[in-house]
Amino acid sequence: MTRVFLVDDHRLFLAGVRSELQDKVELVGEASDVDTAVQAIRATKPEVVLLDVHMPGGGGKAIIEAVNETHPDVKFLALSVSDAAEDVIALIRAGARGYVTKTIETDELVRAIERVQAGDAFFSPRLAGFVLDAFAGEIEVPSDPEVDQLTVREKEVLRLIARGYTYKEVAKRLNISVKTVETHVSAVLRKLQLSNRHQLTQWASDRRLV
Amino acid sequence: MATTKPRTGWAHQIAETPLSRVRFARSGTDALIAGVAGGLGETWAVDAVLVRIAFVLLAYCGAVGVIAYIVAWSVSLDPGDRRAPKAREPVMQQSVAFGLIVLGSVIVLRSVGLWLGDQFGIPLLIASAGAAVVNMGTRSGKRLRFARMSTKGGRPALGSLLIGGLLVVGGVSWFLTKTNGSFTGLVSVLLAVAVTTGGLAIVFGPWVFRMANQLTDERRNRIRSEERADLAAHLHDSVLQTLALIQRNASSPRKMASLARRQERELRSWLYGHPSTDVGKLDAAVHEMADAVEQAHDVTVETVIVGDCELDERSRALVAACREAVSNSATHSGANEVSVYIECEPQMITAFVRDRGKGFVPETTPNGRRGIVDSIRGRMERNGGSATITSSPGEGCEVQLVMPR
Repeated sequence: MTRVFLVDDHRLFLAGVRSELQDKVELVGEASDVDTAVQAIRATKPEVVLLDVHMPGGGGKAIIEAVNETHPDVKFLALSVSDAAEDVIALIRAGARGYVTKTIETDELVRAIERVQAGDAFFSPRLAGFVLDAFAGEIEVPSDPEVDQLTVREKEVLRLIARGYTYKEVAKRLNISVKTVETHVSAVLRKLQLSNRHQLTQWASDRRLV
Repeated sequence: MATTKPRTGWAHQIAETPLSRVRFARSGTDALIAGVAGGLGETWAVDAVLVRIAFVLLAYCGAVGVIAYIVAWSVSLDPGDRRAPKAREPVMQQSVAFGLIVLGSVIVLRSVGLWLGDQFGIPLLIASAGAAVVNMGTRSGKRLRFARMSTKGGRPALGSLLIGGLLVVGGVSWFLTKTNGSFTGLVSVLLAVAVTTGGLAIVFGPWVFRMANQLTDERRNRIRSEERADLAAHLHDSVLQTLALIQRNASSPRKMASLARRQERELRSWLYGHPSTDVGKLDAAVHEMADAVEQAHDVTVETVIVGDCELDERSRALVAACREAVSNSATHSGANEVSVYIECEPQMITAFVRDRGKGFVPETTPNGRRGIVDSIRGRMERNGGSATITSSPGEGCEVQLVMPR
C-alpha cells in the first residue's frame, strides 16, 4: 500500500478523507499547517503527500518547496476546493504531480495517488483544461519549441482528459497504450514546470490573474 | 407605622416631606463650591447643573442668588449625614419644572426692581437657558444625545460649561452695553467678540469634537452591521435553505450531493466572484446552463472550458444545443455525472457532452428521443454548425458540437 501523508487545514475534511482512504492506502500522518507539515513529512518520509492549495503560513507551494530541498523523492498531489487557475498552475509549477478537486470520488482519488506514486502525472479534467488554456496563449511566438509547445498528440490527450475520459479510455480512443498516455501527460507536466517565467507571467496577465 | 408609598415625583415628594426633613445634605461627590447645588439637585431629583444655573441667574438679580446660596448652606447637613433622603435620578419633567420656577422667580424679582436691566439680564437668561439645555439630564441614563456628548468628562466638563456660559453672557452683555453707550472703541468691541468666541468654544468645542467622532463611529458601525445583515440574509437564503433541503432529502444521496454541489458553486461565486458573473461571455452562459441542468435533473455537470469568447447568435445556439444534450444525458442515461468540454478557437467553437450511462443505438432511437436528437442537430445546422452523436449500448454517449465562427 502507498504511504500517504495528508495536509489540510480543514479538520473536518481531513477526517473525511482519512475515513475514505483508510483501507486503501497506508496513512502515515497528517498536519494542518505548513511548519508542522514540513517537519512531519521529513520525519515520516511518505511516498505521496495529499496537499491542500490554500493553507495558513504560505500554502501548499511552501510545503512542496521546503520538502523538495531535503526529500526530492516525496511526491505531491494537490487536492483543493479552489477552482482558480492561478492557484493550480502555481502548485504544479512548484512540483505537484497532479491536481484533483475535492469532489473527486474515492476510487478515482486512490487511482490518482497510485499514479502519482508511480512517478506519473495525474490530470483531472479541470487541470487538463487549465493546462490547455495555459499553452494556448503561447502558440503564436514559441521561443523554444521543445519546451514551450505541446505536440499535436499531447494536445489530443489533454483534450480527451478534459472531456472526461479516463486514461484507459484515452488509450482506447487513440489506439495507444495506457503507458503512452501516461508518458504524454508526464511530458506535458514537465513542459509546464520548465516553461519559462516570462511566458507564464504573460499568460497570467492576459487572463488578469496577476 | 411605616407606609411605603411609591415616590412618584418631586412635587408629591415635597408635599409629603415633614418640616423636620426640609434639611438636606450637601453633596460630597458633586461639589463645585460647597456641594449645596449638588445636594439640592439630589434631594429634588433635579440636575445639579440646573440648580447652579439658577443660583448664578439669581445672583445677577440684586445678589438674591448669593444670599439664597448662603442660606441653603447654613441649613444643610454634612455630606456624610445619612439621614438625608437618598439621591434620585433626575427626571426631565422635574428639571423643566425647576427651570420654570426659577424663570418665574427672576420675573418677580425684575418687577420689584432687583434687576440689572434688560440689556444685561435678557442675554443672560437666554445664555443660561442654552447652557441648561446643553446639560439637560446630565446624570440621567436617558440623556439627550448631544447632552451625553457634552458632559462625557463629568465634573470638569460641567465646570468648564459654567465658566463658558458666564463668558458668553459676559461677552454679549459687554458688547451690548458698550455699543449702546457713548464709548464705542474698536478695541473693546474686538475684546468682547474674542471673549464671546472663547466662551462659545469652551461651551460647544468639546461637544462638536465628540459629535464628529461619534458620527464617524456610528457610520462605521452602521456599515459593519449592514454588511453583517447582508451576509446573514445571503446565508439564510442560500446555505440554510439548502441545509434544510438536504435534511429533508436525507434518504436520497444523489439529490443530497446535487444540492450540496449547487450550493457550493453558488457560495463560491458569491464569495470569490466567479467568471460566470461576466455576462455576455460564453464561459458565463455555459456555467449558467450547467447550473440550470443540475438543478432540474439532480446530476453533476462537470464543465471544463478552454478559452472564452463573446456571445453571439451562433455561440448562443451552441449553448442551447449543449443544454439539450446535457438534459438528454441527465434524463435518459442513468449516469450521475455529465461532462461538458468546450473549446474556443479562432475559427470555431467545439463542444463535447459526454456521459457514462447505458447508451443507445443512434439509428434505432425511439421517437421521443429522436425529437431531442433532432433538436440538437437541427439547431446546430440552422446556424451553420454540425452535431455528431456517438453511442452504443453500455458505452455511454458523446455528443460533439462544432460551430464555425
